Amino acid sequence: MIQIPGIAFQILQSMFVVLAAPLLVGWVNQCRAWLQNRSAPSILLPYYTLAKLFHKDAVIARNASPLFRLTPYVLFGCMWLAAGIVPVLATDLPFAPAADIIALVGVFALARVFSALAAMDIGTSFGGLGARREMLIGFLAEPAMLMTLFTAAFISGSTQLTTIVETLAHREFAIYPSLAFAAVAFLMVLLAENARIPIDNPTTHLELTMVHEAMILEYSARHLALIEWAVAIKLFAYISIGIALFLPWGIAGAGDWAALPLAVAALAAKLALAGAGLALIETVLAKLRLFLAPEFLSTAFLLAVLGMLTHFLVGG
Amino acid sequence: MTIESPGAIVAVATAWLVVAALALLPAGNAFAARRLAFPLGALVGLALSALGLQAIWLPAAQLTLPLGLPDLPFHLRVDPLAGFFLMLLGSVSAGISVYAAGYFREEAAGRLALIGLQYHVFLASMAFVILADDAYLFMVAWETMALSSYFLVTTDHKLPAVRSAGFLYLLIAHLGALAILLCFGVMHGGHGDYTFDALRSAELDRRWATVAFLLAFFGFGAKAGMIPLHAWLPEAHPAAPSPVSALMSGIMLKTAIYGMVRVIYDLIGGVRWEWGMLVLAVGAGTTLFGVLYALMQHDLKRLLAYHSIENIGIILLGLGMSMVFIGFGHAAAGVLGLIAALYHTLNHAVFKGLLFLGAGSILHATGLRNLNDMGGLVRVMPKTALYFLIGALAISALPPLNGFVSEWLTFQAALQAPILQNGVVRSLLPLFAATLALAGALTAMCFVKVYGIAFLGQPREVKHAAHAPAAGRDQDAGAMEHFGMAWLAAGCFVLGVFPSSFLLVLNRVCASLIGQSLSAEALTGSNWLWLVPTSSAQASYSPAIFLVVIVAVTLLTFLLVRRFYHGRVRISDPWDCGFPEQTSRMQDTADAFGQPIRHVFGPIYLMQRQIPAADDPAPRFSLKIEDRHWYWVYLPIARLAEYVSSKIALLQQGRISIYLLYSFLTLIALLVFVR
Repeated sequence: MIQIPGIAFQILQSMFVVLAAPLLVGWVNQCRAWLQNRSAPSILLPYYTLAKLFHKDAVIARNASPLFRLTPYVLFGCMWLAAGIVPVLATDLPFAPAADIIALVGVFALARVFSALAAMDIGTSFGGLGARREMLIGFLAEPAMLMTLFTAAFISGSTQLTTIVETLAHREFAIYPSLAFAAVAFLMVLLAENARIPIDNPTTHLELTMVHEAMILEYSARHLALIEWAVAIKLFAYISIGIALFLPWGIAGAGDWAALPLAVAALAAKLALAGAGLALIETVLAKLRLFLAPEFLSTAFLLAVLGMLTHFLVGG
Repeated sequence: MTIESPGAIVAVATAWLVVAALALLPAGNAFAARRLAFPLGALVGLALSALGLQAIWLPAAQLTLPLGLPDLPFHLRVDPLAGFFLMLLGSVSAGISVYAAGYFREEAAGRLALIGLQYHVFLASMAFVILADDAYLFMVAWETMALSSYFLVTTDHKLPAVRSAGFLYLLIAHLGALAILLCFGVMHGGHGDYTFDALRSAELDRRWATVAFLLAFFGFGAKAGMIPLHAWLPEAHPAAPSPVSALMSGIMLKTAIYGMVRVIYDLIGGVRWEWGMLVLAVGAGTTLFGVLYALMQHDLKRLLAYHSIENIGIILLGLGMSMVFIGFGHAAAGVLGLIAALYHTLNHAVFKGLLFLGAGSILHATGLRNLNDMGGLVRVMPKTALYFLIGALAISALPPLNGFVSEWLTFQAALQAPILQNGVVRSLLPLFAATLALAGALTAMCFVKVYGIAFLGQPREVKHAAHAPAAGRDQDAGAMEHFGMAWLAAGCFVLGVFPSSFLLVLNRVCASLIGQSLSAEALTGSNWLWLVPTSSAQASYSPAIFLVVIVAVTLLTFLLVRRFYHGRVRISDPWDCGFPEQTSRMQDTADAFGQPIRHVFGPIYLMQRQIPAADDPAPRFSLKIEDRHWYWVYLPIARLAEYVSSKIALLQQGRISIYLLYSFLTLIALLVFVR
């Protein structure tokens, strides 16, 4: 079950995701600036920001508990782990059987719970507000995500992400109605889970609207850098899951090293498109009122369930 | 060392009765009663747990005790299912007993002796419920369990609220017991032999089997706290002292699950898929009801009680799936569902026991049960905070702790749905999985609320400022309490990180119970590292690797950051967007944290809200949330009962001549109709 080149590739792939994730965020920001008629910042800006934050002194509130200091590392660890499970370049991941799609959703939930707890640790009004809203979004997004993944699991008869992707990548090119439902639901969950418009706005600090930013208000310097980096990895991992489930063509199969350069090129093209698409969504949509978020997400949940039922009804 | 005879187990279970008597002996010496009886009880629990674990691997053995009525001796039987539940009872109660030895330190000697007596009688009666092999002993033990726990619930009987909670508990417990008694009556079919062997071999036709199933399901369901028979649970659990709440929620509810499994799978047999659908529907309702009402609570113990309702629902979901699969003839998938249910039974016992003990420590240290008054407890009771965090993460079904494993197994059982023949059932099963996913995420929200409000943040009420860190007192619980909690917290870890060994244990239980086991692929694929429920191509999970990787990666990040940068830290005031005048009263309260849920699920709750006007000089906000079941189920039945009894009371004239007339009329009627 365990082989050396596989493990080497496993480590390389997760390092690649961790290192490339800020680039994707830079690309999305650049695209959004272009779409909004602003002059775009450098695509490397997220790296500069991280470097700046790492060099600063951390400021920590007087009554912070150990949980507060631990959380950025836990968040980063969770996202790194997620980056190891998701087949980004190839499906040959010896570590992937250790955690299937349910465990993957569990990892994201673990990160969410820790960040919400850390937000409530200092005892400021904004922290509690952010944690409450984040959990509100989470409790609807998580089951919707799970149902989306279950649809794919039913099609491929497995909950291993690598097996699912291999099955989906080798089918003939046909539109599965169930996967179409699941794809829409997944897109909605992706927007919500990554604190994007129309659920949250990553660039705002307005008290009426912020969710994720309210939770991390008390963090600074290296802790903030780790959180920002983890957020970037999360976005990268989510987009990769979407690509792996709904556009898996081009990914390298198990042991197929020759296909790897092609896989890298395909991934770069798909990520560039997905990032541009994300920027487009964020430009044309407005942020929803907070209490429309449950409606948005329950729509996603219903779509995912519909997708699953479609699979049972029409078998596709 | 193997002890083949079930006599050893019976002797150990009886030892609890001896401990109960011992608790009475050192009358007037509270210290001895506490430090003698409870640790002895814990040792008995450990021994019972070891013997139970051993019994899982032995063939079933029977024993007849020459006690009971003439010609009606007590029959006892130890088989793998009983062994599993004895292990649960023994190991979880061991932790709770050690905790209790520390917890009751402020009790007066007289009261303590009584608590010690009732506590150990309660434990012994649960052991005999599990050991019983005839309906007679089963009912005797079942009633002893109900009565001893009733007296434990009403420990603070001077409070009217506690008395009425106890009454409600006793009432519903007896309704359930009545249904169970009727169920045994239906099963035995009139040949006068109430041993389980006779019940097992009795052939019931379809209708009577369904009647027996319904009676067993609702009879045991009343004890388990499934809707609509749950009303006693959120009243009785908070009323009892915390170790007793932990026992009741962690273990007593599980004897009801034991009874359900024993009667439905073993005694009635021939499980039908329609029964499974009923169990699934009730289970899904119970799950959602429990978690949604838990989110509305601000009394910590009441909140935990509602979560017990939710977790019973999750266990029922697993059981229901297993019954559906078995009913359609897919035994391997059915075994998976049953394993998921039993695994969750064990997990819930461990983490809910832990959480109730944590709540008890908070109550002891601060005198608080209302979350709205707490805050910042992590600074005054750091160890309890750590154990409570483990329990909270476990109940929220987060990997790599134990709650996740059983929910994962339940999901895997639901994902077997495509093999079912019936199209409707096939597409309904994933919907129940969706319910479970929703409940899991809501549970996480609820425990973020509990932990964030009780342990994190700043103390909310000024009058409890004595509990602020400035007071500088160590208010954390004592060593015994810590040991009890650490025992259960370790259980959360072991059950979460090495689930495969328990999977094999449970597979053995199922094999002996219904003569089926998991697929061969699953059994070869599962070893100490890998959990494989069906086949390694379909699904696998390795929490040990998961844990190692996440810890390694987190540590590596920490070391890298330290190596390449610096560890400089400046301590300062909270930032809070630069707002200088914030006070601890500006934090979320428990009710505020649940507000989005009230908004989203508004129609589910029966709410009475008073929102003050903007110019009110003395504004008061009040919110009362009630259970609709009271008005839909309980009060109509209560009114009906009152009406009927008021009519029957007309018979009661209080004059002897009237009563003689009744006797005379009865005699005449008997003479006419019975020849």
